[in-house]
Amino acid sequence: MDQTILIDENGKRTDGRSIDDLRDVKITIGVLKNADGSASIEFGKNKIIVAVYGPREVHPKHMALPDRCVLRCRYHMSPFSTDTRKNPAPSRREVEISKVMREALEPAIMLEDYPRAAIDVFVEVLQADGGSRCAGIAAASVALADAGVNMRDLVAACAAGKVNDKIVLDINDIEDKEGSADMPVAYLPNLEQITLLQLDGILTESQFNECVEKAIHGCKMVYEIQRKALIEKYFGNDLPEGEEKELEENKEN
Amino acid sequence: MSLSKKSPIVIEQLRKRQMFDLITNGKRLDGRSLEDIRDLQIEINIIKKADGSAKVRLGNSEVIAGVKVETGAPFEGLENKGALIVTAEVLPIASPYIEPGPPDEETIELARVVDRGIRESQMIDLDKLVLIPGKIVYVIFVDCSIINADGNLFDATSYAVVAALLSTQLPIFEIHDEKVVDTGKKQEPPIRTIPVSITSIRIGNNIIIDPTAEEEACMESRITITTNSNNEYTAIQKGSTGYFTLEQIKFTAQTARVKAETLRTRLKELIK
Repeated sequence: MDQTILIDENGKRTDGRSIDDLRDVKITIGVLKNADGSASIEFGKNKIIVAVYGPREVHPKHMALPDRCVLRCRYHMSPFSTDTRKNPAPSRREVEISKVMREALEPAIMLEDYPRAAIDVFVEVLQADGGSRCAGIAAASVALADAGVNMRDLVAACAAGKVNDKIVLDINDIEDKEGSADMPVAYLPNLEQITLLQLDGILTESQFNECVEKAIHGCKMVYEIQRKALIEKYFGNDLPEGEEKELEENKEN
Repeated sequence: MSLSKKSPIVIEQLRKRQMFDLITNGKRLDGRSLEDIRDLQIEINIIKKADGSAKVRLGNSEVIAGVKVETGAPFEGLENKGALIVTAEVLPIASPYIEPGPPDEETIELARVVDRGIRESQMIDLDKLVLIPGKIVYVIFVDCSIINADGNLFDATSYAVVAALLSTQLPIFEIHDEKVVDTGKKQEPPIRTIPVSITSIRIGNNIIIDPTAEEEACMESRITITTNSNNEYTAIQKGSTGYFTLEQIKFTAQTARVKAETLRTRLKELIK
């Protein structure tokens, strides 16, 4: 499978990262004026914008659930987001990703707090660069927090994979296409729960264990970025008491 | 758009309680232990018009898979490989809860997960199915019809696809004057490995394998793990709205490897 050299003799990858490096991640909160909550994320070359509307009334009404909120999730790629133009109609891939994304977010949201209501999460991929579902989930959970939705934890997400027989963190577009395995994971860091796990590609048992653990480690790194973005948005430089100390402590760990 | 909905199958509270109590004691409603797989029956070559076919019964879940081989253009980015396409449809005859119409997200997920399991394991050596590189390749369709749905359609459908592919006799196509000619002769497909999919679900803190529809209606999370003949993992899909802990993931992965062995032996016997 691996014809292309994706890791050079110095252990550097095609974009200059080492095998344990995350791409640059930048999260901006409150980017859309009309949405109840929103966030944009730049995850390497991925550019994704997420809007959250709700909790609001469910239409049509028969879809409402008597004991909890309906979470609706749409993952969509813009036609210009990929190398060759993507047909704007939802593909089967997007239907599946919308589903796994909703299932990754649901355990973190206190849906029982909003019976008969709906929360809509719209994930729009403006530029895709491999790992867009993970970046989308990370941005969506921040946007949900921005909307003031009651949550048990943030949902962090990151992929790991196998490239030139090495397990690497956060694979990019070329590594996804030319590499030999891709494993996206979503994780609730405080509750230690895995809410998304997919794999395509061949892994031995030890590689599998290494891959899951590496992906979870990546999720924890993404979580710190999500947390910082939220603190910056809501507290600016005036951190609430204790937070500053806690941030420092986290950094040391 | 994907939205949370109620399970169409309603389980009475008493029955649910009974199921939970049994599972806590390591037993299940149908008498199985937590790690037992239901009885598996495989028949091959049941559809004479198809190039390969199989009917699989996993408990009361029943799936028919048919293989049709054609020629056509290769996939974009995979110009020097034959094409393999797996589809699945849950027919309205399969259960009172299925309506005719375009596939819903569950069905799309089912088809894509089964397809991924077969494709990523590289069961068929697609490099050997090229007629004119970049232009004309073998296109293998495996279409699955679920005719009775009683849980774990992921595994039942996957076994049906593997059995149908193992029973396939590929037509031999040749190129004469840049035109595809069917020689009327047949060949064995280039099989490299036998993928086996094992699905587990979590109810409370217990993991059970090969769930029935009733058990799926009570599940919190689901995971489908496919392994190849070398005991390597080739595809995974976590599903449903609950979570797994890392220990539970490792446990299901380990069980999937162990449980796949007997099933792989059963499937291998089909080639003889």
